[in-house]
Amino acid sequence: MNRLKKLSKYQVFWPIVIFLLILLVNGIVSGGSFFEMRIVDGHLYSRIIDILRNGSKLMLLATGMTMVLATGGTDISVGSVMAISGAVACTIVAGGGNVAVAILVAILAGIVAGAWNGLLVSKIKIQPIVATMILMVAGRGIAQLITNGKIVTVNSDAYYFINGGYILGLPFPLFIVAFVVLLVMLFIKKTAFGLFLESTGVNPISSHFAGINVDRIKWMVYTFCGMMAAVAGLIESAGIKGADCNNAGLFIEMDAILAVAIGGTSLNGGRFSIPASLFGALIIQSITTSVYAMGVAPEITQVVKSIIVVVICLFQSKAFKESIAKKLNFRKAVKQA
Amino acid sequence: MNGQKAKKKFSIKNISLLITVVLFIVLFGAASVAYDNFFSFSTLFNLLNDNGYLIIASIGITFVLLTGGIDISIASTIAFTCVFSAFLLRMGVPPFVVIPLVLLIGLAFGALMGFMIHYYKLQPFIVTLAGQFFMRGMCAVISTESIPITNEFYKTMALSKITFLGGRIYFYVFIAVAVLIVALFVLKLTKFGRTVYAVGGNEQSAVLMGLPVARTKVSVYAISSFCAALAGVVFSFYTLAGNSLQNVGLELDAISSAVIGGTLLTGGVGNVIGTTVGVLIQGVIQTIVTYQNLNTWWTKVTIAGLLCVFIIIQRLIAIRAEKLKAAG
Repeated sequence: MNRLKKLSKYQVFWPIVIFLLILLVNGIVSGGSFFEMRIVDGHLYSRIIDILRNGSKLMLLATGMTMVLATGGTDISVGSVMAISGAVACTIVAGGGNVAVAILVAILAGIVAGAWNGLLVSKIKIQPIVATMILMVAGRGIAQLITNGKIVTVNSDAYYFINGGYILGLPFPLFIVAFVVLLVMLFIKKTAFGLFLESTGVNPISSHFAGINVDRIKWMVYTFCGMMAAVAGLIESAGIKGADCNNAGLFIEMDAILAVAIGGTSLNGGRFSIPASLFGALIIQSITTSVYAMGVAPEITQVVKSIIVVVICLFQSKAFKESIAKKLNFRKAVKQA
Repeated sequence: MNGQKAKKKFSIKNISLLITVVLFIVLFGAASVAYDNFFSFSTLFNLLNDNGYLIIASIGITFVLLTGGIDISIASTIAFTCVFSAFLLRMGVPPFVVIPLVLLIGLAFGALMGFMIHYYKLQPFIVTLAGQFFMRGMCAVISTESIPITNEFYKTMALSKITFLGGRIYFYVFIAVAVLIVALFVLKLTKFGRTVYAVGGNEQSAVLMGLPVARTKVSVYAISSFCAALAGVVFSFYTLAGNSLQNVGLELDAISSAVIGGTLLTGGVGNVIGTTVGVLIQGVIQTIVTYQNLNTWWTKVTIAGLLCVFIIIQRLIAIRAEKLKAAG
């Protein structure tokens, strides 16, 4: 019992529990077929693998978004950056270009987009929501201009491999996620960067006086977030075998922010946990998959997700907790304010 | 000393409005030189006809920006209003019930968001982002397909116009003009309006001065959403349809209009006339893009670029002001 109490102190504990619960409910509802695993042509097939594969984009976005939110910022341009990266890669591949070159250029485009956001936020000091909204709206336009307003389709097995490939019987996107997360975790845990990041989020001014280069930290995390969005965009476009600038990554920014919120990272900045956000992403993906499987209209999930975000934020809010605890009425709250 | 400072601030305010008006005249003039038949009252009136709803929405968001907040839910609120109105009208509900109802929903929705932002100290961006998705989701729940509006009253509103100096002005433009006049009056001449500026200038000082900060902050979000709902009504007159994916990204247009019109994103400075001219500047850009036969996405990219330029100018002015202050 004591050990369980200790475990539950970890930020990642509750997201894992919720994820397992959702899987369990799915398993019971489907009468066990949910957990079936089949091996066809040496590839592992199962609903859980599907969730992991489809959730890989969101896991990448959540990794970048966690760090941005940890600084107390936000990045709502990730969906558009996904569209740009897909548009760049598909235009190059469709034009007969090398797939490796296409991938590199697409990731570079994401880095440039992220660095632009970082510049606006850290140097010019625009509110993160406005700074990234510029790219959210204009980015989709830029993607349209790259593809000339058309849907570009690609015909390349090497490119399809990014989403549909298998290594050792497991889908390739999982290896991308594992690789990225491993690198990031090493960087955060083995260097002082993670500490600086948390400190920036808790109090940027005192961090600055403590000798931390707050601007550079912010710039780095926005750039990284752009890069993650580009990789997610590659996976998405490889999945649909083309670039659809209107719909690629549309409305995904909410999912990414929600994944981080479910993971328990405060949206006000400060303490963060990337593993917890990854499970947050898996929770969202499993809910989305279950909703489809149960035949509920997928539009409702958008409504439900937005409500969940607000509820999570309310429970993170000190003022809300206090008002519940003391059952303060409005008038007293006004006086306090 | 104090008087001097006030004078300085006053001149900055006027300069940004002047820049905006000059930019509008330059753009309009350049387009008139470049294209035949561009320079006419008809083009000018069409700017109003095509952007009436945007003027209303932008004026609404200006209130929020003046307090230093942000509201990115307005585009979805407009879409929801259109879809919900179209849905109700198709069910046979009369317009005089539908219009007050959707306006009331907008007002209540904004008040709810403002309530959570102020009383529970949630960040405005996260609440209004959730609001954006909530409204967009509700649109899709009602209908994912475009619903045409066939109601007689809406049709009359869509077509009624006056002819004037060779151009046409549709009736719904006068709703935008009315909103502008009311907003101007409220901001300049009422206690509430002065409180909005005070909260944006320095919230803590406003509290210490005994101003009703809580009521004001909740009200500005309610006003913003109410204006968005009204813009939605005008937009449904304009298009005679409700589509769940319409106006994606309009919040950028509205915020750009305000910023181009001289509203500071940090709050406390700005006015609705500037915002209106900001909308007209975007209208001119859109018209030029159409005349050039370019991809319509160029409009969004240009507006985003313009927004960046104006924010950077604002930052430079602010940095200069800080230096002046430091120098004493």
